[in-house]
Amino acid sequence: MNNILRSTARCLRPGAWHYRTAQYNGEVLSGWARLMCSSAGQKNMEEMVKKDKVVVFMKGTPVQPMCGFSNAVVQILRMHGVDSYAAYNVLDDQDIREGIKSFSNWPTIPQVYFNGEFVGGCDILLQMHQSGDLVEELKKLGIRSALLDQEKQS
Amino acid sequence: MLSCALRCLRPSSCTLALSRQLAHHRPHMDPSCPRPVETTIRTKLTQDLKPEHLEVINESHMHAVPAGSESHFRVLVVSPQFEGLSLLQRHRLVNESLREELSTCVHALAIQAKTPQQWSSNPSLAKSPPCMGGSKHDDTMTEKLKAGRD
Repeated sequence: MNNILRSTARCLRPGAWHYRTAQYNGEVLSGWARLMCSSAGQKNMEEMVKKDKVVVFMKGTPVQPMCGFSNAVVQILRMHGVDSYAAYNVLDDQDIREGIKSFSNWPTIPQVYFNGEFVGGCDILLQMHQSGDLVEELKKLGIRSALLDQEKQS
Repeated sequence: MLSCALRCLRPSSCTLALSRQLAHHRPHMDPSCPRPVETTIRTKLTQDLKPEHLEVINESHMHAVPAGSESHFRVLVVSPQFEGLSLLQRHRLVNESLREELSTCVHALAIQAKTPQQWSSNPSLAKSPPCMGGSKHDDTMTEKLKAGRD
């Protein structure tokens, strides 16, 4: 019971994460610039997914998810103490939304990347969490899961 | 409610209890109401993956879409074709089978892809998280709902 309370309290702790919004979110681009962006779209996506160890494309933000599946991804990462990751709100940018679906060859949001490699969506992350595989994958990223510390305390 | 959701996410020990509690929940469906998208999903997955067990659940009623929509689905596919494949590979097979639907009318697809052995050792259907109203703020939903009706 104490572990559940500690785990819950940790997840409810505000402001423990950092996230970066899309670098061109909200910018008004000229027609020429937009053409250049679309032709360089794949390269932009590749840069975005490789820029940070953990990258999430979601609906809404980690503070205010706008989709239950995106929220589940945020909650899982939070449970593992992953509080610094790039989160891109696809509802704010249709180019990113379509771009990442094309880049990943994956039709739905949310999408999770570890070290530039596509992991999957909410279902896969949840199963990795339930099986213990997520702890191992985070370890490969040099991230120690908070759940390991909880196990030690119990 | 949050503590309940977090209990749902705790690994292994809670999974079975949660799954049994939530398994076999089905929304009330009027048998006379046509369900073309659900039928197509069922047909394509059966054809492509030769499942030993298949469940196709329309979860649209759980989301901010009009009644009778076929936009949000959960599928459970049990197939020997998944042997030796990673989760990602399995899900890609399902996505590929439903490529057309996912590019038109299906907005969300939750997937469980198990081998027959995995299914027999844990015959449970997962539950989707509660909707947070994203479809209400999604400009693309109108087109997808229209595609489902046409």
